[in-house]
Amino acid sequence: KSPETFLFFIMIPYTGEFLSMVGVVGLEVHAQIQSTSKLFSGSHVRFLAPPNSLVSHFDASLPGTLPVLNRRCVEAAVLTGLALNCTINRKSLFDRKHYFYADMPAGYQITQQRVPIAVNGMLVYSHFEGRRRNQVVTKSVKIKQIQLEQDSGKSLHDDEQSQTLIDLNRAGVGLMELVMEPEMCCGEEAAAAVRELQLILQALGTCQANMAEGQLRVDANVSVHRPGEPLGVRTEVKNINSVRHLAKAIDYEIQRQMEVLQSAGKVLNETRAFDSKSGNTIPMRDKEGLQDYRFMPEPNLPPLFVYESKASVPAGVDPAQVVVIDRLSAQLPELPSVKRTRLVETYGILQEHSFTLVNEDGLMDYFENVVQTTKAEPRKVIGWVIKELMGNLNSQNLKVSQSPISPCALAELINLAESGHISSSTAKQVFQEMWKAPEKTVGQIVKEQDLWMINDKEELQKICRRIVDSHPEEVNPNKVLNKLMGEVQRETKGRTDPVQVRAILEKMVS
Amino acid sequence: FARASRALRPTHPRCGVLTLPALSDIGSASGTSWSRWTYKRESSNSAWNSKVPQIPTWEPVAENQLPPPTRVSPDLVDKLERLALVDFGSKEGVDCLEKAIRFADQLHDINTDGVEPMDSVLEDRELYLRDDMITEGECAEDLLQLAKHTVEEYFVAPPGNIPLPKREERSSMLKHSEF
Repeated sequence: KSPETFLFFIMIPYTGEFLSMVGVVGLEVHAQIQSTSKLFSGSHVRFLAPPNSLVSHFDASLPGTLPVLNRRCVEAAVLTGLALNCTINRKSLFDRKHYFYADMPAGYQITQQRVPIAVNGMLVYSHFEGRRRNQVVTKSVKIKQIQLEQDSGKSLHDDEQSQTLIDLNRAGVGLMELVMEPEMCCGEEAAAAVRELQLILQALGTCQANMAEGQLRVDANVSVHRPGEPLGVRTEVKNINSVRHLAKAIDYEIQRQMEVLQSAGKVLNETRAFDSKSGNTIPMRDKEGLQDYRFMPEPNLPPLFVYESKASVPAGVDPAQVVVIDRLSAQLPELPSVKRTRLVETYGILQEHSFTLVNEDGLMDYFENVVQTTKAEPRKVIGWVIKELMGNLNSQNLKVSQSPISPCALAELINLAESGHISSSTAKQVFQEMWKAPEKTVGQIVKEQDLWMINDKEELQKICRRIVDSHPEEVNPNKVLNKLMGEVQRETKGRTDPVQVRAILEKMVS
Repeated sequence: FARASRALRPTHPRCGVLTLPALSDIGSASGTSWSRWTYKRESSNSAWNSKVPQIPTWEPVAENQLPPPTRVSPDLVDKLERLALVDFGSKEGVDCLEKAIRFADQLHDINTDGVEPMDSVLEDRELYLRDDMITEGECAEDLLQLAKHTVEEYFVAPPGNIPLPKREERSSMLKHSEF
């Protein structure tokens, strides 16, 4: 579904005019910071561990404990802000957001509501349009702010015993909350934006961004309106565990709201949960009207200062102990968009291919490796990498690092095909054989199965003669040629160059 | 401070006006800066030179200078009780709150144009940033012992938030409770 399919037509009475409603989507992303210890305490950050084993006295909110800010978390937020073209606030403040829930023992969450660490950024993303999905469209969405905040613990609901089990291992882990402006119009745009954000965070190393493991959590604020009119009532959609679900949930919600309005109903300002089984959003219970979080400054944390350069660090302060923006700028790695541009410019491959190379972990390195080792043009190599290699990896659910065929082996195979020692169809066959038997070299397989290309002109003439003679009845020249070529390929088990064979047959038949 | 404690209980230098002259006999010429200070003070002015005003200097703020008094409606009381889980209990509790708000209203009398709000007295101190190392945790047993009710190393809570009962139900609950 492309954005265009979300125009919902409503006829205005008496005027006969058509007005179209569009969806408005704003995302709130919580990215778990990749650090060894938590945001305000020295407990270990790890996904799987015995319950409540990674919990310090502060995380359990025991009285008398105080927060101590982790420098790595501040650096992660600044790096992410820089990569997303944000303005980094030299001074930012911490606040308390109060609400009661069993997995947040303090009764408040330490966050940055008034002055967050980074503001006014932009995320540039692309998605594919057109019938064949190969037209790249680049869009952008403004990032309102990035703030540091604490994660809550995990609740396991035991409906049978009517109780909730609380594990505080995750309580206090550092999160970066990224708030985007409501500039997107549908699920596809949101999905593309989140995919690009995942790549950026992974390239920076500030977040592993795996949605299934909860390292990246996305909530969507969805409303509908007619362009030019004020924004409609919005609902918040939660419980989205993958990028695909994100697109589905948003599209469903937009559709639902349009239908509600069309039947003269009203959209309620509520929180809805996405149900992956049905693909619907359902209202969440436990909603106590509009929440008042009673924000107040966090009294235990003075303002956070980050410095422009080593020179702006005040005297008497150890530069190694503070966050210096210049130092972090210098550490920024090559971002995905830059990588893709470089691939297209250096190797002359298509834009859509550059997306595949950058999206798949390790594929770009694999590709560049093969290109350097083989004599063939990058455009030929890309075909092998995207069709044959990725095809096999996807069907067996393997990662690039698990490929049984190494870049060297693939390069060898491509060289053989390019130099005419084997035909292109044979090469594909050999590829599959290599996949099954990675211990054998290319040469071994070709030799064992006698797959060498038949280049001997005399031999080719003999074979073609034989085929032509055994098919005397054909009349239509084009049909005849294709059929005869097919016969030759079959007889030689694909070990012939179609171009040469066609030339010989043409002469014989005419 | 060993010498000071010999003669007196350890007090802040600013207190104990009457006993200071005696202290200067104890050890004036020696090293401690504290005794040097008392010596110096002794020599500058014989009268006690405290920074605390001897008579009150504030004036009560007139009612007409204050904004209109805030009334806390029963609905607001209900909302506050729900949000903060505190019990105002009675009309006296609400009166006390309204008086406290009135007292704080005096702050409106101060001209704060161009003054940045301060929310921490530590605002010109460096916020200490610690290294990203594991220094705590692995004390599940100690923490779980603090809870009356645990299940296999998990804390136990009721399923979801239990909504605070409405005011009318609550007062009848209290009537039958021990409080």
